[in-house]
Amino acid sequence: MKFWRVPLDTEQIVITRGVVHIIEDRCKGCGYCIDYCPRGVLEASSRFNNKGYHPPVVRQPDLCVNCHYCEAICPDFAIYSVEAPAQPISELPIK
Amino acid sequence: MNGSTSSQKHPLDGLLRTDRIPHIWCPGCGIGTVFSSSLIAIRSTGAEPMKTAVVSGIGCTGRGAGYVNLDSYHTTHGRAIPFATGMKLANPELSVVVFSGDGDLFAIGGNHFIHAARRNMDLTVICVNNLNYGMTGGQAAATTPYLAKTSTTPLGNPEAPFNLPLLAYACGATYIARWTMLHTRDLTQSITEALTRTGFSFIEVLAPCPTGYGRKNKLKASDLLKVYQEKAIVKNGANPAETILDLEQGITLGKFVEYDRPTFAQNYKAVTSD
Repeated sequence: MKFWRVPLDTEQIVITRGVVHIIEDRCKGCGYCIDYCPRGVLEASSRFNNKGYHPPVVRQPDLCVNCHYCEAICPDFAIYSVEAPAQPISELPIK
Repeated sequence: MNGSTSSQKHPLDGLLRTDRIPHIWCPGCGIGTVFSSSLIAIRSTGAEPMKTAVVSGIGCTGRGAGYVNLDSYHTTHGRAIPFATGMKLANPELSVVVFSGDGDLFAIGGNHFIHAARRNMDLTVICVNNLNYGMTGGQAAATTPYLAKTSTTPLGNPEAPFNLPLLAYACGATYIARWTMLHTRDLTQSITEALTRTGFSFIEVLAPCPTGYGRKNKLKASDLLKVYQEKAIVKNGANPAETILDLEQGITLGKFVEYDRPTFAQNYKAVTSD
């Protein structure tokens, strides 16, 4: 995140964070979670699951803001996110 | 952290018959997402699980009743609404959700739909519209767009499709909304509203059928979602007669109608109490 100066309300703002969990053997490889993740956290893996589909893999875990959209759009109940301790914005590298 | 272990538990597992998951819906099918939104809505109303029942007819969407860990009823083809009507009248405390497809609700079950809407039965009807008969091999249905290719209309569909929100409005439904499976947040909110209100609520949800409709029209599942994203026109309160569903011109989405009038149960009570 880049600002031209440190915002005045950095003390109050926290960015929610999430940890994505993938139940690989339920996945049918439709790719909706990868296409519609607003932060681009996921990516298709080259690995196969038990059914022969390519499940998604978390490439950039730090970007997840726990919006639950992957959980909502997954037709197969194969992905969900849980809340991780929020990060105060003051700890982010602001330059 | 990101692996697959047996201890992983999806937040909706409590409402699912997990021994039946993975379900039969094809990769890329939107029914699973609509089903998931319905479960999130049922959970968010905070109603007791014993007081909610899900009724389905026949078809791909009709399999929904088999996956929900609530009282559920997988009925004969087209007859989900009559079964649901009976359940609601016998046990007025139940919140009855009809979860079925366009072929089941509007082709073979069309008459049941129009009469339940006319009576204002207190039901929540969620219609997953995939624009064809998916389970039987992608034949043309009552909702297939004009000139769309299906396995029974290889030269293009010569028929005009139903405008489902207008049909529901003309029949007397008191809550009408249309969303796509991509608009999961709005869809979940609409289902929650429909569950908590009294009267006949109808929600049409567009969902891709990559195997039936998509293959014949050269549309992959992700292409159909892109169409939903690009062509969606959200217009809450729009006149149902002016809503369009055209994959090229646009798809009107939103909550179109909400008003109150006495339900069948209330009217029946008023007539018989003397």
